[in-house]
Amino acid sequence: MAKSNKPIFWGLFAAGGTVTAFITPALALITLFAAMRFSPDMFTYGAIHAFAAHWLGKLVIFGVILLSLWHAAHRTRVTVHDFGVRADGLVAIVVYSLAGLGTLLTLYYLLYI
Amino acid sequence: MSERQIQLEVLRYNPETDSEPRYQSYSVPCLNEWVVLDALNYVKDNLDPTLSYRWSCHMAVCGSCGMMINGEPKLACKAFIHEYTDQIRVDPLANFPIERDLVTSVEDFITKLASVKPYLIPKSDQPVSAGEFKQTPAELKKFKQYTLCINCMLCYAACPQYGLVPEFLGPAAISMAHRYNQDSRDGGRDERQEVIASDEGVWECSFVGACSEVCPKHVDPAGALQQVKVASTIDWYKEHLMPWMKK
Repeated sequence: MAKSNKPIFWGLFAAGGTVTAFITPALALITLFAAMRFSPDMFTYGAIHAFAAHWLGKLVIFGVILLSLWHAAHRTRVTVHDFGVRADGLVAIVVYSLAGLGTLLTLYYLLYI
Repeated sequence: MSERQIQLEVLRYNPETDSEPRYQSYSVPCLNEWVVLDALNYVKDNLDPTLSYRWSCHMAVCGSCGMMINGEPKLACKAFIHEYTDQIRVDPLANFPIERDLVTSVEDFITKLASVKPYLIPKSDQPVSAGEFKQTPAELKKFKQYTLCINCMLCYAACPQYGLVPEFLGPAAISMAHRYNQDSRDGGRDERQEVIASDEGVWECSFVGACSEVCPKHVDPAGALQQVKVASTIDWYKEHLMPWMKK
């Protein structure tokens, strides 16, 4: 029996799941604080911009967005299957294309800063 | 001892005479401490000797009496009457072809279980005179939980993925492979991976987790499969990105 190539997508999915489990709640909380006008100096536009302009900051942001996107793509693929849509090939192309497009756009915007 | 009159609705099917399965209802006087298996035995002994079902130990060890009780995969010897209302529906294990009444055909599971080589494959041949393979308690703890599997197939009946894709190797077989892979005395992981790491192997699992919920021995097959996925993913990256690591 041939070994599967699914580890490519599952690896991104698993890593993305771990990252989003830790990062997303924190991001949601920080966004909520900002919306309530409670944002320490650390989260001012200038500070965040400086973070995103540094190569290490770019790497972190790229990693978080890339993994979250591929996690969401794979999760959507499996969920659509669970909802009874039996067109896995087509669904996979659509969701992974979206994740790929998002990855490229992230790369573009990060390099643009 | 309190007694309750239970309506037992049992699926009957004899492929030689019946065109399709049907339900037959039996009124059974059940003692409160009975399990569903006791009720079935009462039917067999007193009401209808033609009823067919598998059982042996009556103590959740042999794994023979798996069936659907009110739609849930259960061991009939572990399903207490006092946990149910006065009407209990009993079906054969889901996802398996019916042989007769509550007896299902287990060929598919046995073939899959055998395909993962569920036995110790020692790293090197060693004469008996060399003594036993020793193991520390910590090494034993790594896999002990997976040795508790009794091959009752409740996890296959619970797994929606196995229902959809009958080729899927399934929870118990992969957990059993994991049990031997984790054993410090074993060296057979590469052989097992040929089956486990295929599309029909662990990658068909979508982590629904129903297998672990229904497991009567708390083996946690879903957890085993996740660990197998992580290990198989690391294998894949090693094989494709670091081919010089190959043995």
